[in-house]
Amino acid sequence: MGEEIISLKNVDAGYPGATILKDVTFSVSKGEIFILLGRSGCGKSTVMKHMIGLNPVLGGELSVAGMQWGRKTRAALCRKIGVMFQSGALFGSMTCLENVMLPLEEFSRLDADGRADKAMGLLADVGLADAAGKLPNEISGGMKKRVAIARAMALDPEVVFLDEPSAGLDPITSSALDDLILELRASRGTTFVVVTHELPSIFKIADRCAMFDKARQAMIALGTPRELAESSKDVFVRRFFGRGEAKGATQTA
Amino acid sequence: MGLFAAVGKRAARRWEEIDANLSFLGEAFAASAATLATPHRFRFADCALAFERAAVGGLSISLGIGLLLGLILAFQSAAALQMFGAEVYVADLLAIGLFRELGPLITAIILAGRSGSAFAAEIGTMKVDEELDALRTMGLEPVRFLVVPRIVAATLAMPVLTIFCELAGLVGGALVLRMMDVPTPVYWKHVTAAATPFMVLFGLGKGALFGFIAALVGCGSGMNTRSTADGVGVAATRAVVGSIVAIAIADGVLAVLCYVWDL
Repeated sequence: MGEEIISLKNVDAGYPGATILKDVTFSVSKGEIFILLGRSGCGKSTVMKHMIGLNPVLGGELSVAGMQWGRKTRAALCRKIGVMFQSGALFGSMTCLENVMLPLEEFSRLDADGRADKAMGLLADVGLADAAGKLPNEISGGMKKRVAIARAMALDPEVVFLDEPSAGLDPITSSALDDLILELRASRGTTFVVVTHELPSIFKIADRCAMFDKARQAMIALGTPRELAESSKDVFVRRFFGRGEAKGATQTA
Repeated sequence: MGLFAAVGKRAARRWEEIDANLSFLGEAFAASAATLATPHRFRFADCALAFERAAVGGLSISLGIGLLLGLILAFQSAAALQMFGAEVYVADLLAIGLFRELGPLITAIILAGRSGSAFAAEIGTMKVDEELDALRTMGLEPVRFLVVPRIVAATLAMPVLTIFCELAGLVGGALVLRMMDVPTPVYWKHVTAAATPFMVLFGLGKGALFGFIAALVGCGSGMNTRSTADGVGVAATRAVVGSIVAIAIADGVLAVLCYVWDL
């Protein structure tokens, strides 16, 4: 396994007064595609919100690129991560090109031409150079997510977080998005943390997965998709992967 | 027990709102100070766009309401003053009333209804669509990025709209007095005599303050939008109601101060 870039040690995830998951412990290596997995409402997006610094953890230690989220480290950490939200979260009053240029305008030292060239290059990488001048409401859901990925990659982050990239997309578009993630990892070596519950995507792109269960308020499995699907003794994990109940299967409380 | 629980829940929710509003106020002032310290990072383009929407978009309604206000005030007061043959003093009444009080107040209510609610709806929709979270993860503070330009725009737009509203009101008054055979030059002579430069500037300053309040309340409502089906609608309604109440309170405080300081 490569160098560790994200580490969670005994993290309690949730919101003040509402703990969703307890004692979550895992790490993500550089260049890895790591999946946060589980049923809807199990807390996987909440864990991601802790990882991207939107919500403070309720307990335990969480570090990204060797730093913990805090007032002093926030600016530096924000340059090291890129995030694609479930809806894309593109700014409706800006064109696709302007959306991708926004982080460059604020934080890069490139001049105006350099910023535009870099943003166009990123849009070309996600196959949307033709849509540069369009507003978000003029493109499809899948295209919005591609633009959002391009924006997330703008400052060459070390880790990109993707929240439900396949949600609301047809299987072909969803598969194309998976290909894009694999291409970007291969070409740039970027680490991806992906929140999803789409099995085809998981088997296609994941190096490792962490699986959560709301009822037990815990991370219940950690490993490659094949390990989870074929070797897990946990009833919940086996049912999630459509494997039925194995002999001697258990559900730890 | 049900009643106690309901009251408790409502009180807790109200406390959460107060907490959120105070946090927003603190953030807004911190972001304004940060913008003053680093003016090159101020988003002039966003401010210009918000100014255009508030000022140019609100011009026709400000002119229309101002004209009607002048007509109504002139008719109502002329009826009483005519009994004493003093209808020409309607000009003085209109000048003082519009420049000192009604011009800024009515324009602020228009701005709160148009731009305050629009700010709340825009920012609220962005919050629901996770755009505010996207800004935060890019290291951009939503308050500096979205709120400060809108507050500056509304604060600058209000004096512009106020002066147009006041002039339209005076034109309305002139039309009424013309019907009552008061010569227009005499009317304008009374207006210019009654409206001192200090009074006009004081009214415009009040307008700027009311614009600041309307934008602050509107943006605050947007930032505190709940992610529910009616969240954006509730935020827009709160923006209008909250702005008007806050403007009325500020106007009352100013009226007392003016009395105390004999302004």
